[in-house]
Amino acid sequence: MEQLLNDFSPGLFVMQTLIMLVLIFIMAKYAWKPIMNSVEKREEGIKDALEAAEAAKKEMQNVTADSEKLLREAKVERDALLKEAREIKESIISEAKEQAQVEGDKMIKQAQATIESEKKAAVADIKAQVANLSVEIAEKVIKEELSDKGKQQKLVEDMLGDIKLN
Amino acid sequence: MRVFKRSIDLAATLFILLFSIGVSANSSSDEKEEGPVNTQEEVEGYILHHIKDSHDFHLFSYTNSEGERKHVGFPLPVIVWSSEGLVSFMSSKFHHDDSGEHIVEAGGTRFVKLHSKIYELESGAEEISFDEEHHPVNAHKVLDFSITKSVFGMLLIGILMLLWFGGLARQYKSKQIPTGFGRILEPLVIYVRDEIAKPNIGHKYRQFTGYLLTVFFFIWILNLLGLTPFGFNVTGQIAVTAALAIFTLVIYTFKGNKDYWEHMLWMPGVPVLIRPVLAVIELAGAFLIKPFSLLVRLFANISAGHIVVMSLIAILITMKSELTVFGSGLLSFVLSLFITLIELLVAFLQAYIFTMLSALFIGMAVAEHDHGHDHEEDDAEGVRADFI
Repeated sequence: MEQLLNDFSPGLFVMQTLIMLVLIFIMAKYAWKPIMNSVEKREEGIKDALEAAEAAKKEMQNVTADSEKLLREAKVERDALLKEAREIKESIISEAKEQAQVEGDKMIKQAQATIESEKKAAVADIKAQVANLSVEIAEKVIKEELSDKGKQQKLVEDMLGDIKLN
Repeated sequence: MRVFKRSIDLAATLFILLFSIGVSANSSSDEKEEGPVNTQEEVEGYILHHIKDSHDFHLFSYTNSEGERKHVGFPLPVIVWSSEGLVSFMSSKFHHDDSGEHIVEAGGTRFVKLHSKIYELESGAEEISFDEEHHPVNAHKVLDFSITKSVFGMLLIGILMLLWFGGLARQYKSKQIPTGFGRILEPLVIYVRDEIAKPNIGHKYRQFTGYLLTVFFFIWILNLLGLTPFGFNVTGQIAVTAALAIFTLVIYTFKGNKDYWEHMLWMPGVPVLIRPVLAVIELAGAFLIKPFSLLVRLFANISAGHIVVMSLIAILITMKSELTVFGSGLLSFVLSLFITLIELLVAFLQAYIFTMLSALFIGMAVAEHDHGHDHEEDDAEGVRADFI
């Protein structure tokens, strides 16, 4: 202890205190303060950048999700449209078919009616012609027949006989 | 950057200039025969002399072909407060005398140097005389403000720190991430902030970083300087460590908050009768034990380290007869290399411990205690957040 006290130099103590005071003051002003400020600023910057990156990532995810949703919706819409179009097409086709059927039937009926009427007309015509021919033939025959008196008699008798039968 | 380089050049030039003047001044000095250090007693004396402060910067001595003992180094200014006021002269006036024989007359009074201390002779005394215990009877110690080797070392380190860290600070003006030597310094600064200041002080750490960083790098670099062959032993001077410890004491005494004083003087939560007893213990702890532990730990570790390293180097001389030159040389080399590596670690460790304990003491003084225990959880959260 005595040795320690003997070794203790008050002058050195004073010098050390002075040097330390000056050193702390100068170092704090010209070194530590700017270093600390810059380091803190940089750390703050890094933190902000990381947060911004995180936010951007989230934003990106949102955007992706949104676009996927949009895509899905578009797909659904497209499918619906296609389905509708197909339905419309089918309905148009079937309608057209029906109409065609109806029209066809109508035309066929008309044609049949026409044919029928034509047939009737033709039959009537034929009948008329046959009747005329028959009358002419009958006329000729009768003219032939009636040229002979006996024959006329016979005819009248036949006819009278028929009438009797009737 | 240019300013930084120029200031380094300036410092280097000054250093070389001082050095060369010193060498030239010394090489012409006549000196009584001392001879190399050979015996065990001489080695012991040399070691004990080394761990003390000295008034000149002594590098090595040799005996030239004419048998003259030459000392290489340079003198440092001696500044003392004597009975005649402030007196200053160069230490070369003592001609390397350390036994009080050489009397220097300066400023109207007379001085001698005895065991690295400067004594002023009483008026009328022609030469120093001793009592049986080898204490001088007709001379008294003076307040010695000399630029001793330790002061020189501190100034050197102060300038070095200013150049290094000032340079680092200036780098940030132009770039975000420092380059060159600053890239080594920056993590160290951040280490002290994150591992020493923040965990021990908490969120109020910022205002103490100036002291903690300065004291950390000051002690560390001076410890490392002590391991160089220049033979500085600054942090092994009890006056230096005492001054550092008192800085910490002053800071935590003046920055201590109401809680700190309340806990020290009138401890809440214990029986009233015990409170005065606790106050005495707490006061002794705060004003004696804490600073004393700080100053003795640093001083003792560094001094012990120097003594051990030098003793191991001295094996080369002391065990020469038993082991031959080769054997003692090898033993001395291996052991001192090993211890020097440990001392490198100790140099850092002591700087770390001093700074860490300072931060801890400051942290205890500025900590906000929560007596209500209402927001105990909040407090714990806060503390945890501070630690993370």
